[in-house]
Amino acid sequence: MTVLDVCRWLEATPLATAITESDWMFPTIETVHVLALSLVVGSIAMLDLRMIGVSNRSMTVVRLSEETLPWTWGAFVVAAISGSLLFVSAATKYYANIPLRIKFVLMACAGINMAVFHFTAFRAVHSWNTSLPTPRAAKVAGGLSLIFWMGVVFAGRWAGFV
Amino acid sequence: MSTLDSVSAWLAATPLSVAISGSSWLVPTLQSIHILAVSIVMASIAMLDLRLAGFLGREQSLRVLTLRFYPWIWGALAVLVTTGFFQIMAEPSRELLNWIFWTKMGLIVGAVLVTAPVRRLLEDCRYRDLPAQKKAIVRTCALLSLLLWTAVLVCGRWIAYAGGRV
Repeated sequence: MTVLDVCRWLEATPLATAITESDWMFPTIETVHVLALSLVVGSIAMLDLRMIGVSNRSMTVVRLSEETLPWTWGAFVVAAISGSLLFVSAATKYYANIPLRIKFVLMACAGINMAVFHFTAFRAVHSWNTSLPTPRAAKVAGGLSLIFWMGVVFAGRWAGFV
Repeated sequence: MSTLDSVSAWLAATPLSVAISGSSWLVPTLQSIHILAVSIVMASIAMLDLRLAGFLGREQSLRVLTLRFYPWIWGALAVLVTTGFFQIMAEPSRELLNWIFWTKMGLIVGAVLVTAPVRRLLEDCRYRDLPAQKKAIVRTCALLSLLLWTAVLVCGRWIAYAGGRV
């Protein structure tokens, strides 16, 4: 069973057909997706800019991450669910969509970047929580994160034009 | 032909419009930058308005919070107006002949007007230290702001699907 077979099966499910045949379901799910992704990207940007050392400098990194990460994770769940619903509605078409593949690769990169940072430089965060400029590892992780997520937005938008 | 029809047609014939719409990558790029700016506004108002309404972070000074987020919101709004302008120039009739677009513009004016008076009311104190009457006003405006900006986002996406001339 290939991935394409799974896609064909997915888009034939009652849920997927309901979305395709409806006038309003796709636009509504897509709107939820845009709302959720805006909260993901916006909250991540706040933390990344702090890690680079250009904004929210009066807040400690730990405190700011405590404020922003619940939003990031919560909104990501909503974005993933809504995104999955959009995908299954026309799974074979979206599977072949190159910008969409790029988008998933970029999201994976963003995730790996976050994980690497979390298990290395972030371990010692209390030693650089308040210091400016921030350590190089934090700047790199923050900068890469911003680049990856901006890429996710561009690739996601491009997918709609292909 | 209505005035809007004439204005749309006139705009669509300008060199700027022809240039932007003729490019394969400008419109998706403008829209993507627009979405990035939307993200800054939405994340900022989510964090700010829920605190102004007293639902989150009750220990924080409301004026300090506002000063922290407002520069980002206004900066992002400037980017939104600019990218919005160029997107309209690319396809004038798509927006100008769409009632959802005009509703979106009205909601934006509403959202900005709702937040302006609140700033004058905010003292350098925490939500819970506000007198009861001020609490009610600040909370109402904050929730209205959240609602209005979310409605702006919803309208923005639906312009692509409805509201235009058939």
